[in-house]
Amino acid sequence: MQNMEVDQMQRQYLDYIKSLFLEGFLDGQFLQLQQLQDENNPDFVVEVVSLFFEDSERLLNDLTFALDQKGIDFKKVDAHVHQLKGSSSSIGAQRVKNCCIAFRNFCEEQNIDECLSCLQQVKQEYCHVKNKLETLIRLEQQIVAAGGSIPTMEFSF
Amino acid sequence: MAAGSSSNWVMESAHDVPHVLAVDDNLIDRKLVEKLLRNSSCKVTTAENGPRALELLGLTSGGQNTMNDRSKVNLVITDYCMPGMTGYELLKKIKESSVMKEVPVVIMSSENIPTRINKCMEEGAQMFILKPLKQSDVKKLTCQLMN
Repeated sequence: MQNMEVDQMQRQYLDYIKSLFLEGFLDGQFLQLQQLQDENNPDFVVEVVSLFFEDSERLLNDLTFALDQKGIDFKKVDAHVHQLKGSSSSIGAQRVKNCCIAFRNFCEEQNIDECLSCLQQVKQEYCHVKNKLETLIRLEQQIVAAGGSIPTMEFSF
Repeated sequence: MAAGSSSNWVMESAHDVPHVLAVDDNLIDRKLVEKLLRNSSCKVTTAENGPRALELLGLTSGGQNTMNDRSKVNLVITDYCMPGMTGYELLKKIKESSVMKEVPVVIMSSENIPTRINKCMEEGAQMFILKPLKQSDVKKLTCQLMN
């Protein structure tokens, strides 16, 4: 028997996740992840997202270091960005992925200034999506703690 | 989205559950492909690079098959872009071996480059799948494997 509080939480959750899609923070790949979560792996999304956070932070540090060198190894920079592009794409972190695409183009051109600018942008986008995902997960956990189930979003776009 | 597949292949072993070796240097992608395959009732072993994959397949010089004889690999799915040995190079090594050349090898890539796809298909890849991987891609793959 569902109470009003759970109802409200579910609506808040749906509104929130919808906004993340509309604002381009997440894309359909994130829904793929959610669909993979089941009774056998009830924490699958949290696990993958946590891995993404760890992996991204490591890569961003490596990128900062690589671009700080006197003689920048653009191949190395590109390799890191390629990794970040891959993981962000796989979890549906669309804005981060798009930043990486632009970043790789500048790596190819060996344009230091633009690369540094891209690094700043990708760090920002990463911070944004990290906050959003943490909020989303918190909302999910609140629903579950109150005895409700996480509603699935109807994805008509 | 899967692009290009050769005719259906048949599982070589009589086991009910396909054993898939998934190779990818990206940690998140490894976790994802593993879950997708498990959801399609596959047994999964993962490797983070080509040399490790060859080791697991028993194709390194010294020839020690580190996997139980009963767990013969029915399918290899590998990322194309990996540092050191690429997925293409791994594909070639598998197809050149006498023991493993019949094992289907699927290549995954985030980049839709026709020359890359053709190169892999010519070298004997069963299928080329675009990343990020979806459940429908893997279901299609495992359906072919099981028929």
